Amino acid sequence: MQPRVACHAEALKIISKLQAFGDSITQADMLRSSFLRRGYNKVAGIFGRAEAKKQDFPVLEGHPAAQESAEVALESRVTVQDNVKKVMKEFRIYRWNPDRPDSKPFLQSYHVDLSECGPMVLDALQKIKAENDSSLSYRRSCREGICGSCAMNIGGTNTVACLKPIDGHTSKPTIIIPLPHMFVIKDLVVDLTNFYQQYKSIEPWLKTNMVPKDGREYRQSPADRKKLDGLYECILCACCTTSCPSYWWNPEEYLGPAALLHAYRWICDSRDELTEERLQALTEDERKLYRCRAIKNCTATCPKGLDPADAIHKMKTKHMLSQPMEMVEIM
Amino acid sequence: MGASRGPRLSGLQKQVLSLYRGFLRAARCKSAADRRQIESIVSAEFRRNSNQVDRKNFLYIEYLLRRGKKQLEQLQSPNTESLSQTKQS
Repeated sequence: MQPRVACHAEALKIISKLQAFGDSITQADMLRSSFLRRGYNKVAGIFGRAEAKKQDFPVLEGHPAAQESAEVALESRVTVQDNVKKVMKEFRIYRWNPDRPDSKPFLQSYHVDLSECGPMVLDALQKIKAENDSSLSYRRSCREGICGSCAMNIGGTNTVACLKPIDGHTSKPTIIIPLPHMFVIKDLVVDLTNFYQQYKSIEPWLKTNMVPKDGREYRQSPADRKKLDGLYECILCACCTTSCPSYWWNPEEYLGPAALLHAYRWICDSRDELTEERLQALTEDERKLYRCRAIKNCTATCPKGLDPADAIHKMKTKHMLSQPMEMVEIM
Repeated sequence: MGASRGPRLSGLQKQVLSLYRGFLRAARCKSAADRRQIESIVSAEFRRNSNQVDRKNFLYIEYLLRRGKKQLEQLQSPNTESLSQTKQS
């Protein structure tokens, strides 16, 4: 305890010194500011605003000028806030807490003042968590659509909350629920183990036997690189996969659009040499790839504007073309 | 014949029992002291939930099953040595 007491004494000493210093230099300021203050109060009195009660700013102790301006700033802030119209928007959010085994999942309503909130749904969620209900759970990280953590179903569409603007119509509520057909861990957090396992199963890394010519890196022509555009941007947010009816019925067998998009990203990579083997692995049974029925929910929902349905279609074509004609006819 | 030996079990009950069995088998791969600890923690947890959780609360039982399966997977890894528990205050 000894050092702490010493510290405290030291701090007191410094504060008293500061006060003495402040007193000595602001004599003139005090006179002027008190004059101003009186004038302001008179004017304020005329307009019917009662004398605002003296605010206490411990940080500004001994600095009357700063104290004065802080008071004025606070007052104008209050005036601005009074005049800004509140825009209340209702958010209905799915809640379920495993720690309360007897409660069923339900939609909880939160009212958020949009005039004080950022533009995106994630901002509203942050505001709710900070001000209304800290027990609300959701995943978030980058708040700019590059991590894919905040994927959820907003107003009936799977999307990442950080890229989804809040619907300005305050007459009807925005409904936020977790990604559909996934096991919920808590509130908006779902279990993505199976999704990541499927991504792992397509072996998403460069497989090649050749040694790079300069011994450093594998090179590729700009044209070959262009083929990867629209594929490499995928952030694995799971929006497409969880919007796919085929995936809803067969989450264990069918890989889902996200994993297949990544599979195609490696199949069409000019540096990867095991293209045939990759295609073979996907098509060894008709469940991994061919469960896709070209419903195209994935393309419709992708928050990054990618086209997984197209990638899957190209893989199917590639596989068909590599087969003898008789085989294709059977399929 | 199986039915005559005990009460007929529902699918969910069978899943719970097989999960419990999985834990006991996983515990067998650990050292003797750890094994005893794992078994006591696991059986206490199953016993507690069997008393506390309503048998009709399928939603929660299924959640517990999924959580248990995940924990079992972790325990089965050879890198996992033991299991321990902290009291919630």
